[in-house]
Amino acid sequence: MSIVKSAHAHRGNRFESNAATREAPWVKALIITLSLTFFALFLLMPLAAVFSEALRKGWDAYWAALKEPDALSSIKLTLITAGIALPLNLVFGVAAAWCVAKFEFRGKQLLTTLIDLPFSVSPVIAGLVFVLVFGTNQGWFGPLLQAYDLKIVFAVPGIVLATVFVTFPFIARELIPLMQAQGREEEEAAVVLGANGWQTFWRVTLPNIKWGLLYGVILCNARAMGEFGAVSVVSGHIRGMTNTMPLHVEILYNEYNFAAAFAVASLLALLALVTLAIKSWVEWKAEQTVTLEAENEFQNGTPS
Amino acid sequence: MSRQHNVLPGFNLALGYTLVYLSLMVLIPLAAVFIKASNLSFGEFWNVVSAPRVVASYKVSFGLSLVAAAINSVFGVLLAWALVRYSFPGRKLVDALVDLPFALPTAVAGIALTAIYAKNGWVGQILEPVGFQVAYTPWGILVALIFIGLPFVVRTVQPILEDLEMETEEAAASLGANRGQTIRRVVLPALLPALLTGFALAFARAVGEYGSVIFIAGNMPFVSEITPLMIITKLEQYDYVGATAVAAVMLVLSFILLLVINFLQAWSSGRVRKGR
Repeated sequence: MSIVKSAHAHRGNRFESNAATREAPWVKALIITLSLTFFALFLLMPLAAVFSEALRKGWDAYWAALKEPDALSSIKLTLITAGIALPLNLVFGVAAAWCVAKFEFRGKQLLTTLIDLPFSVSPVIAGLVFVLVFGTNQGWFGPLLQAYDLKIVFAVPGIVLATVFVTFPFIARELIPLMQAQGREEEEAAVVLGANGWQTFWRVTLPNIKWGLLYGVILCNARAMGEFGAVSVVSGHIRGMTNTMPLHVEILYNEYNFAAAFAVASLLALLALVTLAIKSWVEWKAEQTVTLEAENEFQNGTPS
Repeated sequence: MSRQHNVLPGFNLALGYTLVYLSLMVLIPLAAVFIKASNLSFGEFWNVVSAPRVVASYKVSFGLSLVAAAINSVFGVLLAWALVRYSFPGRKLVDALVDLPFALPTAVAGIALTAIYAKNGWVGQILEPVGFQVAYTPWGILVALIFIGLPFVVRTVQPILEDLEMETEEAAASLGANRGQTIRRVVLPALLPALLTGFALAFARAVGEYGSVIFIAGNMPFVSEITPLMIITKLEQYDYVGATAVAAVMLVLSFILLLVINFLQAWSSGRVRKGR
């Protein structure tokens, strides 16, 4: 997924109106039917099921499940976790993209690969690593933490660490290709004209990357709020204390309290829908900016 | 262009911060797995990772991930084709919703799929009377892995398909190829590197998947137990060493997959550049 998409708008009509590049009507009908049936069966139906199951016992039961203290505390913990993980990965993403995209140095390719590493690690292992480092009995720092009566694993800090790990690459990998594509002429011009580093960043770089940044942030946020596997390993599942929303959903579900489980799940599904809506809007915005710039360049007669 | 001629500031600060944060948050914790696993002798390590129940979980995880990625490759290309080449009502909405598995928390997907395929669910009540049980069997795992893998294929194939020039296909047609031949000999070869990348990404994601699978799997030892669940089971029994050994096997496999994916992506973008 990347906001750096091809500049082509939808060109399906061109292919369809050309006798040489269009399929027989029955082939077209077959492809559309097959792919949309698959889409409806595997993607649309689970989404619909969440809301249908959540409201099965009516709106009163729905609200009651959301207003329950344990549900509220899980919502609060989810917001806190995302609220810490997001800024950390945001600062990292900008710093990493700045050095990878604007400078040449040895080992750059390796660094880019290492940044993507958390994406290829199973969420369960992402949780396990923090148990191995900070766990009370088995962890490297276990005895030290115990001596100072600090708890990381099976407590909130562990949940935050695991969340930071699984959402680590989101913003960096969005910004790196974008900033690479933009080059560094504009920043160089700013520096030559006497701007210092921060001024260059705030006034030149940031306005150029704002859509890519927003894109990375909303995807990072969706994953941070929805992470289950990694958080499940380090949380300890203490009701009302170390349960995030996905973990609360699991507990309710395992207690056969399906309506309540789906009620909390429906909030997360709404979050997913809002994320996708903002994402589409940002893509549209970014595409418009690109088209506008291309038109301006065309009119000024200075294609780059 | 060497670094000495670059007038932009902040390189040392940005790179230093990146390296420190990367090491603290990712590299050192991951190293812990291998350091912990190295406490075992090779014989002990081998006993843990080749125990029959663990081997059965590899078969479930890797086998079903392969099947799911293969199914997604077929329908992912069809869906990408429909989205790029055809216009139909709701196309933009479908395009936006393809990313749903990226945005929907895995636990939510897991309970929703279970509700659909359980015996009183929307699909389950049709399938179970004819003797086909999906929920709480390996079929359920397959359904969950298809769900989480689909966008990987669509989103890697779609941009390549958008960039294909109509003129190439016109040329094939004017040289006498019919539409089927053009697609088979001209379009599909151009899509192949992207398709393989999408397949590998979907496979890699499916192998490590936990949240959407455990609710629908039934988690029967030797039948429907995935490898990530083996790690959790060992942790719950305070068998930290065993959990770490299985995790080390999975990590090595993920790293190999990552290398393969990097290679495929380089191949894919190289072909696109050559084509222009």
